[in-house]
Amino acid sequence: MTALIEVNNLTKRFGKLAAINNVSFTVEENTIHGLLGRNGAGKTTLMQLLTGQEFATSGSIRVFGESPVENARVLNKVCFVKESQKYPEDFTATHVFRSAPWFFPAWDADYAQRLIADFRLPVGRRIKKLSRGQLSSIGVIVGLASRAPLTFFDEPYLGLDAVARQIFYDRLLEDYAEHPRTVILSTHLIDEVSDLLENVLVLNDGEVIIDSDAESLRGSATTVVGKRSDVEAFAAHREILHRDGIGGIATVTVARLSDTERSEALARGLELSPVSLQQLIVQKTKAPSQEFEQSA
Amino acid sequence: MDESRPIFVQIAEQIENDILSGTLPEEAQVPSTNEFAAFYRINPATAGKGVNLLVEAGILYKKRGIGMFVTSGSRARLVTQRREEFHTEYLRPLVAEAAKLGITQHQLADMIREEKSA
Repeated sequence: MTALIEVNNLTKRFGKLAAINNVSFTVEENTIHGLLGRNGAGKTTLMQLLTGQEFATSGSIRVFGESPVENARVLNKVCFVKESQKYPEDFTATHVFRSAPWFFPAWDADYAQRLIADFRLPVGRRIKKLSRGQLSSIGVIVGLASRAPLTFFDEPYLGLDAVARQIFYDRLLEDYAEHPRTVILSTHLIDEVSDLLENVLVLNDGEVIIDSDAESLRGSATTVVGKRSDVEAFAAHREILHRDGIGGIATVTVARLSDTERSEALARGLELSPVSLQQLIVQKTKAPSQEFEQSA
Repeated sequence: MDESRPIFVQIAEQIENDILSGTLPEEAQVPSTNEFAAFYRINPATAGKGVNLLVEAGILYKKRGIGMFVTSGSRARLVTQRREEFHTEYLRPLVAEAAKLGITQHQLADMIREEKSA
């Protein structure tokens, strides 16, 4: 596998704020990456840097082996679907889809037509008359039908209902299987997408806190429930991600357990339950901000 | 999908279950990686990893350019393997739970017989 994106010691400052703080990672070709994190974590800034829409303060970015900034060779192969994409108000969706081939050499107009039918998008209606969800579906259709070798989806489905989101996931998987490409999906709906992702990159306050393949994150944390004294005894000397309790019952979330540790816990009468990717990320990213200010 | 275990292991188990139940007879073609991915709504690479697990174990074999097929004799092999796992996965927890509830071994044996005739 080859690295399609290589980022080294990347920093982006807006005044005093380091929106991206000394970040390094790589993205392999033809994988689906999840870019996750809280609001303001730096996800959109990172994607703007990767697509040459922002200048880095320091550090290096290589996309297809080159700098993306004002580089048509790179940007021809990139599609960036933004959360709040603006279109001229008097356009119709048809105008958007007719102009798409100018920017995306691999644009598949027949596929776009099928997606329009799937999403029931009224293509003749003016943009300003469309609902939020219908606007989002324009972005999703552009992102899929452009078949760009590198596609970014930044919260692509604001206002899309559950049915439309499921259509998006299904079409993304189908089309990715037939036309492999690199997809970077930024989202807050982690539970919905966790099975689609091959790799996960989690940003928190401008820093990468998790960069892992999705399979090894599964089962990387376990919640232990039981009598407070038993739980405390079991959890001693372990990394605790989260702690909670009510009355005499305690729950702690601990890092990965081996098979022997699991049977040991069960023998002590403790209950074990898995932690979903979403819960894991919530627990890893909810540290109060003053802790970060103190450590900074 | 079960959150606690890797998805590719679960895909492999699902295929094994289909072989055991006869849904996938020996020498039958199994669905492609992409079909598995679309059906279970998972990443195709993950589905491929699950299928490869069974290829390595000799349960499935590849016909180049055609697809994956169930190896002859793999059902019998899976039965043997699953019987070994039956003890740790089912029997031991059953006996432990029965002991917790004060169910004697005789009562447990009776319950199993009744369950079977029901």
